[in-house]
Amino acid sequence: MDLSFTPEQLAFRQEVRDWIATAMPAEMKRKADAGASFEHGESMQWHRILYEQGWVAPNWPKEVGGTGWDVGQRFIFQEELVRANAPELSPFGLTMVGPLLIQFGTDAQKQRFLPKILSGDETWCQGYSEPNAGSDLASLQLRADKDGDDYILNGQKTWTTYAQYADWIFVLCRTSQQGKKQEGISFLLADVKNTPGITVKPFLTTGGTYAFSETWFKDARVPQSNRVGPENGGWSMAKALLGHERTAIGGVAESGRWLQLVKRIARETPRGTGTLLDEPAFRRRIAELEMRHRAVTMANLRTLAAAQLGRAPGAESSILKIAGTEVYQEITELAMDAMGYGAMTWFDAPEGSIPEHERWVASQFNYLRAATIYGGSNEIQKNIVAKHILRLPTV
Amino acid sequence: MNFDLSEEQQILVDSVAKFVQNDSNTERFRKQRETERGWDPEMWERMGEMGWLGVAFPEEHGGFGGRFVDLALILEQLGRGLVPEPIIPSVVLAGGLLSRLGDEAQREAFLAPMIEGRTSLAFAFAERQSRYDLHDCLTTAERSRSGWTLRGQKVWVLNGHAADQLVVLARSAGSQLDREGLSLFVVDGNATGLQKTAVGGMDGQRSAMLDLDGVEVAEDRLLGPEGEALAHVEWALDRGAAAACAEGQGAIQELFDRTLAYLKQREQFGVPIGSFQALQHRCADMFSEVELCKGTAILAAIQADCEDEEERKAEVSAAKLQLSRGGWFVQENAIQLLGGIGVTDEQDEGLFFKRLRVLYGLFGDADHHVDRFQRLARFERV
Repeated sequence: MDLSFTPEQLAFRQEVRDWIATAMPAEMKRKADAGASFEHGESMQWHRILYEQGWVAPNWPKEVGGTGWDVGQRFIFQEELVRANAPELSPFGLTMVGPLLIQFGTDAQKQRFLPKILSGDETWCQGYSEPNAGSDLASLQLRADKDGDDYILNGQKTWTTYAQYADWIFVLCRTSQQGKKQEGISFLLADVKNTPGITVKPFLTTGGTYAFSETWFKDARVPQSNRVGPENGGWSMAKALLGHERTAIGGVAESGRWLQLVKRIARETPRGTGTLLDEPAFRRRIAELEMRHRAVTMANLRTLAAAQLGRAPGAESSILKIAGTEVYQEITELAMDAMGYGAMTWFDAPEGSIPEHERWVASQFNYLRAATIYGGSNEIQKNIVAKHILRLPTV
Repeated sequence: MNFDLSEEQQILVDSVAKFVQNDSNTERFRKQRETERGWDPEMWERMGEMGWLGVAFPEEHGGFGGRFVDLALILEQLGRGLVPEPIIPSVVLAGGLLSRLGDEAQREAFLAPMIEGRTSLAFAFAERQSRYDLHDCLTTAERSRSGWTLRGQKVWVLNGHAADQLVVLARSAGSQLDREGLSLFVVDGNATGLQKTAVGGMDGQRSAMLDLDGVEVAEDRLLGPEGEALAHVEWALDRGAAAACAEGQGAIQELFDRTLAYLKQREQFGVPIGSFQALQHRCADMFSEVELCKGTAILAAIQADCEDEEERKAEVSAAKLQLSRGGWFVQENAIQLLGGIGVTDEQDEGLFFKRLRVLYGLFGDADHHVDRFQRLARFERV
C-alpha cells in the first residue's frame, strides 16, 4: 500500500503541465483560462492534439496505442487536464467501445476500428436505450435479421448522445426472440453516415443544447463481420461495457473542475466589502462538497488501481456512479447559488452581460440533471449493488 | 499507487482478525465494561508481546519501525470486536507525543514500558470550555523551585482513570486563547494533588475528569520545547482522528455486515425483508458510505505521517467528516432496519452504534472538520 508521489511522478506532473501549456492553441487556452465550456469541435481538436502526442488513450494497453502509464501517472495526467480546464473528450470511442473491442473484438475489427478511434478520424455514439427499453434495457426490440452476409436492422434507439456528430454507432439489437430476453441480444457496429436507412434526429435538451438524439433504423444493412462477440452473446459484453462507462460517468474529474469554478465565481462576486468566498456559511458549503468529492475521488482511485491489477470494473463501479453523480449535481447547484441573480442567465446572453466563466453554468446545470439518469439510473445502480454485491434476495 | 496490502501487512491483519474472532469478541467486551477499569491489563500485556503497541514507533524507541497505517490496520480489525484496550489514548496520543518530543530518558521511562504492555498512558488536553479548540487552555503551569506547578481542570481524559502516566497540556505563558505559550508535561498517575474522577462513557469505555490542584512536576518531565506545544498537539490529535476513522471503519463494517445478514434471514409477509426494494436501496446507500469511509480512512492513515501540515489536515478532516456523516448514515439506518431489537442492550448491534457515536465526536466532529478544512490556505487556491 503506497499512495505517495515519487520524484519521478513529480517530474512527470511537471512534464505534463508544461506540455499542456504549450500544446493548447491560443483561442482554446483563452477559453480554458476564462473557465468557458467547449463545444464538440473544440473537443475533437484537443483530441487530435493529444493523439499526436500519443496521450489520447491512457486507459488502453500500450500495444494498441495506450501510453503504458501506471495508475499513478494516469491519475496525475487527469488531474493536470482538469487543472488546465482542457476540453473533455468524447468517451464513446476512447472509454467505451475501444476497451470493449480490445477485450472482445477480432483482430480484423481491432485493426479496422482502433486506429481511427485513437486518431479521432472516426467518432462514436452509443445505441443502447430504446423508447420502451430504458431501465429495463434487456427488453430492447431493435431487430437484426440475418440476410446473406448481413443483418437487416429495423427499429429505434434513443438517448444516442452526440449521434449527430458520430461516424459510427455501437448498438445492442435483438437477434433472437427465444429464451430469456437477455439471451437474444447481439452487439453490432454500424456506419451511421454511410448506411442507407439510418437517420438521426437530435433532441433539444433543457440545457438548450442538442446532446441526445433519436436514431432510426429502417432496413439498414450491417455486415455480420461487424458483430462483436458471439451472436446472442451481447448482453454480458454490454454489462462489461457499462462497468467501464460507470467508472467514467461518475464525473469525478468534472466535479473537480466545477469545484474550481464555484470558488472562482464566489471569489469574483462582491459581498459587502469582501467577496462571496469570504462568507463563512458559503465557504462551509463549498468545503463540505470538496471534502465529499475527495472521498469519491478516493473510491475512484481504488477502482482504477484495481483495474490496473487486471480486475475488471465490477459492480463496485455502481457506487462510483451513484455517489459521483450526486456530488457532481450538488456542485452544479452550488455554482447556481453562487451566481445569485446571474443564475437567471441563458448561454446566449449578450457579450459582456455575464462573466465568460458563468455563461454556461445554467445550461450545464439543467443538462446535468441527466447525470443521475444516464448510464443506468442511480436507482438501477442500487438494484445492481443490492443484487450483485450485497446478494440480497429477490422474490 | 497501490492499495493492496503488502505481505507483512496481510499477515498482520489476518492475525489481528483471528485474535478478535477467538479471544476478543463482543462477549469479552461485555464482561470488561462491567469492570472498574473497563479493560484487561493481561490482554494489554499480550498486545505488547505481539508487538501491536509498538508497531508504529521507530526501532530506536523500542518499536518496530512501521508506519502509522500499520497501526490503523490493527485498529480497523479491533473495531470489529469492540476491543476496549486503550490503544488510541495510550499508543496514538500520549505514546505518539512521547516518541515525537521525548528525550531519551523520557522515552526510556514512559514510552518503553508502555510498548511492552506493562503500563498505559493518557493524554489530557480537553477542558470544559475548550470544546475542540486545542489552544483554549486555562490549566496553568508555573515555574517552581523544583520544576513546575500545574493547576486546573481537564475533562474526558480517555483512559485517564487507569493511566500510569498522563501527558498534560498546560499554559506556561500567555492567556486563555493564545496559540503560543502551551507546554506538555508528563504527570504521574499517583501524583500528589492530582484528583481523578472516573466517568463511564456510553460506549462502555472509561475516561477521567482531572483536577490538578498544585501538582508538582519535576523539570525533567517537561515534554518538548516550552511554550511551543500546539503544533505537536494538533499533529497528535490528527493521528487520533485518523485512528478513530480506522477503528470506526471496522465497527461500521461489522455493523453493516450484521444488518445485511439480518435482512436476509428475517421474514415478514412471508418473505425475507431484504427482498423489499425500499430496504435494498437503503442498503445500497449504506454500502456506498461504508466504501467511501474505507477509502478516506486509508488515505488519512497514510497522510497522518505526512510532514506537510496542510496535506495532513486536509485528508484527516475529509476522513473524519466522512466517518461522522457517512458513518452516521449507516449506523442510524442499521438500527432502523434491525427494528426493535436494535435498541435492546442484549443485541450487539447497539454496542457498535454507541461506540461509533463516540468516535463521531472524538477529536472533532463533522462541523469542526468542515470549519477547519475551509481555513486551510489551500482552500482558496483556485
